[in-house]
Amino acid sequence: MSAAPASPTVDTAELDRLREVARRIRVEIVRSVYHARAGHLGGPLSAADILAALYFRVLRIRPEEPAWPDRDRFVLSKGHSSIGLYAAMALRGYFPVEELLTFDAAHSRLQGHPDMTRLPGLDMSTGSLGMGISAAMGMALGARLTGRDVRAYVMLGDGECQEGEVWEGAMAASRHGVDNLVAIVDHNKLQQYGWPGDGPDGRLAPELPGELVAKWTAFGWRVLEIDGHDMAEILDALALAATGDGRPVAIIANTVKGKGVSYMEGHYFWHTRTIKPEELAIAMADLGEPAPEHEGGAR
Amino acid sequence: MTLPMGRAMREIFGETVAAIADEDPRVVMLDGDVGSSTRADIFEKAHPDRYLQMGIAEQNMLGVAAGMATMGLIPFISTFVSFAVVRPLDQIRVLIAQTGANVKITPGYAGLFTGRTGKSHIIVDDLAIMRAMPGMVTVAPADDVEADLVLRWAATYEGPCYVRLVRDATARIFDDTYRFAFGKAAVVREGRDVTLISTGTQTPRTVEAAELLAAEGIEAHVVHLGTLKPLDVEGVVAAAERTGRVITVEEHTVIGGLGGAVAEALAEHRPTRVQRIGLQDCYVESGPNDTLLEIYGLSAARVAEQVRTLLETPA
Repeated sequence: MSAAPASPTVDTAELDRLREVARRIRVEIVRSVYHARAGHLGGPLSAADILAALYFRVLRIRPEEPAWPDRDRFVLSKGHSSIGLYAAMALRGYFPVEELLTFDAAHSRLQGHPDMTRLPGLDMSTGSLGMGISAAMGMALGARLTGRDVRAYVMLGDGECQEGEVWEGAMAASRHGVDNLVAIVDHNKLQQYGWPGDGPDGRLAPELPGELVAKWTAFGWRVLEIDGHDMAEILDALALAATGDGRPVAIIANTVKGKGVSYMEGHYFWHTRTIKPEELAIAMADLGEPAPEHEGGAR
Repeated sequence: MTLPMGRAMREIFGETVAAIADEDPRVVMLDGDVGSSTRADIFEKAHPDRYLQMGIAEQNMLGVAAGMATMGLIPFISTFVSFAVVRPLDQIRVLIAQTGANVKITPGYAGLFTGRTGKSHIIVDDLAIMRAMPGMVTVAPADDVEADLVLRWAATYEGPCYVRLVRDATARIFDDTYRFAFGKAAVVREGRDVTLISTGTQTPRTVEAAELLAAEGIEAHVVHLGTLKPLDVEGVVAAAERTGRVITVEEHTVIGGLGGAVAEALAEHRPTRVQRIGLQDCYVESGPNDTLLEIYGLSAARVAEQVRTLLETPA
């Protein structure tokens, strides 16, 4: 089930480079949400390491030519983590980093949930949960039908896996042997509110330990379970996922919701919440970033 | 006058989309396990590599279609209207209408003719739902001739469209000289006493009703609105001005579909009395086609009778 040992082709310097990218993605997430006084935090922060690996190493993309037909596709099915994707795209050069301050604003290309008709480089509009797997499967099948060497990646939330469409898609993808389709489940153990129980803050995780691995395996997928904050494990899993064996690939990435910001980690109520100035200072310190010079979010 | 019967629209669906695919390698067929009913099986035989069985999972199927469209393909959807419109409605909204995906939602089994299935399968409000959705084009061909032309047009139209097809053979009003004009009303019978506006396979029955009325000295002007959205406002206004009195006739609930569209347009542009014949805010039971048409007032005789009554009733 686990990924193979760290690939020898990825050296320490490369791992450090990607870790620094992930750190900067987190800084931009917090800054943007602070500035917008709106948006989600917990989910984008848990996904940051995987987004860094995808956008800065794994995806075959051309930021200067976002509609390049032979690019790999990425669908953020957990569309409420849009600011994480926007931060990764901005840092990768799709648009200026300063534009992140327009997140969630009227007329912005950076809509609350991804809108492919507004922002070049987005491969699909999402936001209504459960749909990304289907769209990504259509891209993967479309690549096969048009003879293109393209892989389609889709990132789902663990709470999102409660949507029936996820399993409709899981069934159809294995039936069609879509092995150029990679689903990454950001298994951060929390959803917006969650089921009542004796878990942290009185809520239970979306799934029991091991449940996601068992389910995706039962649906005929090749399943890899990793620590979604360990860059070496992320890269190894994504490298394995690129070696098709006739099955679609599911990477169950164990993550921490709110990762990187001490007071957000593991608390469901940081799914979406505005940040106070004093909280921003703590977050920036946690992320190893100098404190902002003044309030209001402008840098 | 009785119109000749056309061929079953579902056979036109399978044959025409297969013929389009002969010429256009971008065309693919996604089937929700009803290919033997919708006759997507005809396409499958012609293009097995471009026929994709998606199983009984319509939400996923519509999403897959959206993804395929971004790869430059032109997916046609094979399922029943109920499972193509309402079941995956949110997928259509978010992934297809909001993105402008080039997906052809072309289900069969619209209206009352569903092979005695009952209310779960007989969707009475598909035109209202699809017409209300921003970014969605809505077309309901009148007969087999127009269905063929509409499917060919749909393949050339860049963007999402809903094409309402019918399972069984229905009367034919168009011949091979007919040319489908997207977004245009078609006058199918001239008259001066009352304007009847119809859509889909109700139009031939409305023409037959007009002939029954003619025998009693009432000359109806009959207009077919093959395209419900975008609506030919000019055509509707001209049709209303012709007689000063409009009655809409649809195999659909009278709320929000053809009657709604015509009433909206005329209220804004040329206030005219509009009365609506169709399903009166109800669901439909299972039964033989002709029996259902009688029960729900959509046979030629029943339409003629209702028009007569409406005309005799003072405003």
